[in-house]
Amino acid sequence: MNWDVIVSYLPLYKDGLLITLYTGWFGILISIVLGLVTALIVHFKVPVLKTIAKIYIEILRNTPLLIQLFFIYYGIPKLFGIVTDELTCGIVGLGLLGGAYMAETFRSGIEAVDTIQMESALSLGMTRRQAMFHIILPQAVTYSVPAFVANLIFLLKETSVFSCISILELMFTAKDRIAVSSTTVESLFLVVVFYLIVLLPVSIIGSVVERRLRYASFGN
Amino acid sequence: MTDTVLTINNIKKSYGDNLILNGLSLDVHKGEVIVIIGPSGCGKSTLLRCINALEPIQGGEIRLDGELIDGNSRNIAQIRQKIGMVFQNYELFPHKTVLQNIILAPMKVQKRSKDEVTEEAEQLLERVGLLDKKDSYPRQLSGGQKQRVAIVRALCMHPEIVLFDEVTAALDPEMVREVLDTMLELAKNGSTMLIVTHEMNFARAIADRVFFLDGGGIVEEGDPENFFTHPKTERAQNFLQTFEYESVKHHDNEY
Repeated sequence: MNWDVIVSYLPLYKDGLLITLYTGWFGILISIVLGLVTALIVHFKVPVLKTIAKIYIEILRNTPLLIQLFFIYYGIPKLFGIVTDELTCGIVGLGLLGGAYMAETFRSGIEAVDTIQMESALSLGMTRRQAMFHIILPQAVTYSVPAFVANLIFLLKETSVFSCISILELMFTAKDRIAVSSTTVESLFLVVVFYLIVLLPVSIIGSVVERRLRYASFGN
Repeated sequence: MTDTVLTINNIKKSYGDNLILNGLSLDVHKGEVIVIIGPSGCGKSTLLRCINALEPIQGGEIRLDGELIDGNSRNIAQIRQKIGMVFQNYELFPHKTVLQNIILAPMKVQKRSKDEVTEEAEQLLERVGLLDKKDSYPRQLSGGQKQRVAIVRALCMHPEIVLFDEVTAALDPEMVREVLDTMLELAKNGSTMLIVTHEMNFARAIADRVFFLDGGGIVEEGDPENFFTHPKTERAQNFLQTFEYESVKHHDNEY
């Protein structure tokens, strides 16, 4: 392994890292909002929307991100004539996929809160909305944390698929280096290191938060 | 006793084909303490849940201060404010401190100022001996302490009537007393209370009237002295006997 090559690649990988973080951050942000809305629709069995939400969740969870991205990147311009840049496609694709996973995570969190907690809030004169906002959701979020952290890690890793629609993120950088030079080992080594730089902190912070919540376990 | 707080008129409640309450009627007057006893599954808890519309009823009507209680009506949240409820398993909000548990609804529902509610909450906590726990979380409290907090939480809404649903059933025996003492104190201060309990001695001490429920209806009612010493109906007699034990010691000599 040639360390001079590694050092000379660092700025390129740093740029790739920033793109990975940028797309990952906005994709995950969309997925959280989308997931929460979808989870509430499914939980409250909103007519019509509930069916749409379920179809959405099943399709997105049961197809590979690569195919979803191809559909958004190549399919939508052909079908509807809407052309967007690859970054937007990547962020939207990740947001849609993540939304499906987050929806299931939040839904199971809401269901983990005993229904009598809702009754307890209602019997104090709260409206359903107040009870949901002040009592159910805060507990549901706490119950969702382990699955939520797993989703974060999963979605951040999935950004590597973006290389297939020419987003210049970490995986693209590595593939590009391998193609234009014969530095396969150095290129792959760097991509592993840079993914760990992104994901290890998430993983470690996630398990600390999980552990703290477990110590603070509710237990009536 | 003229001013009736709660009127239950001929209500019917069923789960599918399973009839739980069959034409039950009952009036509660201001300041009165009503105790409802009866075997498991007789519909005692269901009755309380119907009163604050946590369960829909299939017939009859329930009125609080003349106002119809209907789970589907727009003002149900306003009516529920006037009906306090204390649950068997406390149902405190685990993510909030004792004080937050108590002041949340008065602030959000009744729009009272935080300072005013906090002051009242602290006075009430002081009365039940839990002021030093105001910043604790429910998980840090014993069952008896949690239940006293739950009672304070209900009281802080200034309800017209408080429903107690087997509030000592989940407690260790040594904690039952502190909760029952709190309730006795409430009764002394003139609170209107509707209590479902299996604590017969307590029922006898606190009740103005006792109702014995079985098979979805009221089988017998009366003042506690008469009811517990001379139950009129056979079903009530049989039920009360299940709480008495005959000594087995003398059997040793019979062999």
